[in-house]
Amino acid sequence: MHFVARACAGKFATYITANKITIPNDTELTVDTLLLSRIQFGANISFHILFPTITIALGWVLLFFKLRFSATGDSKWMDAYMFWVKVFALSFAMGVVSGITMSFQFGTNWPGFMETVGNVAGPLLAYEVLTAFFLEAVFLGIMLFGASKVKPWVHTLATFLVAFGTTMSTFWIIILNSWMHTPQGYELRDGVVFATDWFDIIFNPSMPYRFVHMLLASALTVAFLIAGISALRMLWGDKSESVRSALRVGIIAGAGLIPLQILAGDLHGLNTLEHQPAKVAAMEGNWETRSNVPLVLFTIPDQETRSNKFELSIPNGASLILTHKSDGVVPGLNDFVTADGEVQHPRVAPVFFSFRIMIGTGMAMLGLSWGGLVLLRKYGAGAMPKLSLYAFCAMSFSGWIATLAGWYTTEIGRQPWLVQGVLATKDAVSDVPAGMVLSTLIGYLIIYGILIAAYIFVITYLARKATRGEPYSTRDYPRSGEAEVYALQAGE
Amino acid sequence: MDYFGDPAVWLPWTFASLMGLSILIYVVLDGFDLGVGLLMPLADDQEKDKLVSSIGPFWDANETWLVLAIGLLLVAFPPAHGVILTALYLPVFVMLLGLILRGVSFELRAKAPIAQKRIWNGAFFTGSLMASLSQGFMLGMYIMGLTWTLPHVAFAALTALFLTVGYSFIGAAWLIWKTSDKLQKRAITWAKGGIWGLFLGIGAVSFATPFVSERIFDRWFNYPEILYLSPLPIISGALVVFLWWSLSRLPLKNDRFSWTPFAAAVGLFTLAYCGMAYSFYPYVVPEQMTIYEAASAPESLFIILLGTLFVLPAILGYTALSYYIFRGKATELRYD
Repeated sequence: MHFVARACAGKFATYITANKITIPNDTELTVDTLLLSRIQFGANISFHILFPTITIALGWVLLFFKLRFSATGDSKWMDAYMFWVKVFALSFAMGVVSGITMSFQFGTNWPGFMETVGNVAGPLLAYEVLTAFFLEAVFLGIMLFGASKVKPWVHTLATFLVAFGTTMSTFWIIILNSWMHTPQGYELRDGVVFATDWFDIIFNPSMPYRFVHMLLASALTVAFLIAGISALRMLWGDKSESVRSALRVGIIAGAGLIPLQILAGDLHGLNTLEHQPAKVAAMEGNWETRSNVPLVLFTIPDQETRSNKFELSIPNGASLILTHKSDGVVPGLNDFVTADGEVQHPRVAPVFFSFRIMIGTGMAMLGLSWGGLVLLRKYGAGAMPKLSLYAFCAMSFSGWIATLAGWYTTEIGRQPWLVQGVLATKDAVSDVPAGMVLSTLIGYLIIYGILIAAYIFVITYLARKATRGEPYSTRDYPRSGEAEVYALQAGE
Repeated sequence: MDYFGDPAVWLPWTFASLMGLSILIYVVLDGFDLGVGLLMPLADDQEKDKLVSSIGPFWDANETWLVLAIGLLLVAFPPAHGVILTALYLPVFVMLLGLILRGVSFELRAKAPIAQKRIWNGAFFTGSLMASLSQGFMLGMYIMGLTWTLPHVAFAALTALFLTVGYSFIGAAWLIWKTSDKLQKRAITWAKGGIWGLFLGIGAVSFATPFVSERIFDRWFNYPEILYLSPLPIISGALVVFLWWSLSRLPLKNDRFSWTPFAAAVGLFTLAYCGMAYSFYPYVVPEQMTIYEAASAPESLFIILLGTLFVLPAILGYTALSYYIFRGKATELRYD
């Protein structure tokens, strides 16, 4: 056993040396600019991801509502569509404007990123703009405001293209992000990355896992949002067909998807173990490479003493999950410290805790959606026990928490690298004075705080308004085959 | 990829042209919808809804041209992207805050309780103002070579003002086309009030640009170069005269020619832009870095170009489709 452990330790040590690019010990920059720039980018991307997480899946849900309406002619589906399209429009606008911010921050704060890996990142970002952004943005206009101006099938097509566009956007950006974790298909010439094989770049080892994990995260976020807001409307006394159907869709989708997400997450974790062992070591709070590693449920990882305090753990748990053997060897953080004491693994506590928050939220989602499914079968959507409705309300934005926690785990877990083994984060930051970064950071935080509050407030306000039965529309909804009548009415 | 000569020459040139085209399309398209935002305080409550509905289906796609332009700078000329954006750190920040405020107000003013509508209308105007001023400021700083000295900042403050008035002008011209009756008449008044900004703005930039560097001065005033350039001021002058003349006659019966001020404004923006591009070529960072020095690897540019050739016509096609679907006078924005 010791032999295996030592062999593995050796393997991980080789991993470091093999991938080690010189990280200068002292840059002229103060840590402040680096840290503040990281916090600022983190704040921006955290704010941004909230909205695509909703729109990616909600686009498809809207298409589903629209198609159900076309097929059945039941106006409850159109009511559901009309309510959720507003949430979509609002989320989309928030996503667009916060996304524009990102594209500028590459230049204002992280010029080293594009200067080093621009030959790979550039085409991927360009394809995202060309194949996704314009598609979404143009057809969004038709989807939102064009129903009275185009034939129903064109409107349905526009809805499809918007949903397709959001998914394409996810595809391209996930390729780039995954490549930053598991880069391949490139060569370094004079410290600059050149693409050698685009197939390898696009299908880099972590891409399929991350893509599926993110799509499912979006779907779950939307499922719980729909269930939660529908539950809220029921608690306010809205028992309409449309709310009941939406609650049913939310619960069933949540219950069906969460096991898939757990499976996808597990596979993603195994992939990370193979390619980014330091991240897994931080996620598990494991300091020494060894066999029979326990699953640490709670601890306070102390990076100064390089040990855990107040550890509560299940024997052999981590070995079992990660290697499917109770005496399997799990990498430890101490392997990622070079001989001269330079730490090449992420800060442990944020990775450790955000991972647990993600898992915890996922477990709560599993419990609630399956419990909800049982209640749904027993009582029907119209007579769900009040307590369960409160629970769904409370979990309305649980998808956001899990998604953010998951992203923190994987992104902080990649540190000190910006591109694993290729570019260190501190080498990419711009030399803008710390004071300037601090002032823009404060500005962003204030406006993001206000906007998050306004967003949640307006969604609940829309739900309140819908509950009071204020009509979405003064005329009947058109359906395919009724275009003529419809065109006449549109002339008003 | 060698059929057209050295790819390290024609690829950067092609990308500079594509980027230039995106910036021009952005300035015209988001110019008019930022301009409509700038006119908000002049309109009464009902008119405000009309103003917003005239740009409702378009603003999102219009802003995407900015993302494409900055994306092309980012992917085709990475070092220039870094130099320009770090030099313009604060105005970029102001612009982004403005665009954020504006974009969300669009949705929130219509969805929040009526009592809060005034706040979001205000945020919509403020956001449009921040974005316009900072874009004008960046334009001025760029012309002055991105160095923060007092005279340069003063010049940039001037271009900030002029571009903002210029945007409000093209916004008013858009409204003349897309609205009718009383609001259209008011838009004509607004356009008359804004035309000086466009005129002075183009004038100031034209006056200052040749004195920034000897190279540009020679390119403007040496024979025979001066001949190549001469159509720009002549056509621009003619367009301004035409605008003044047509604004004093509109609206005509049956709404004839209500589109002409907008078309003329687009012409003016385009000519001014061409003049700038002519002056600064081949530099992407004025007097510091040429497009050839800043360009990414030809292999990567080629990959992007390949996609662009297929996708850009499609984008232009469905953008045109969207403007066609929402043609005619603006109607109330409804989801049904």
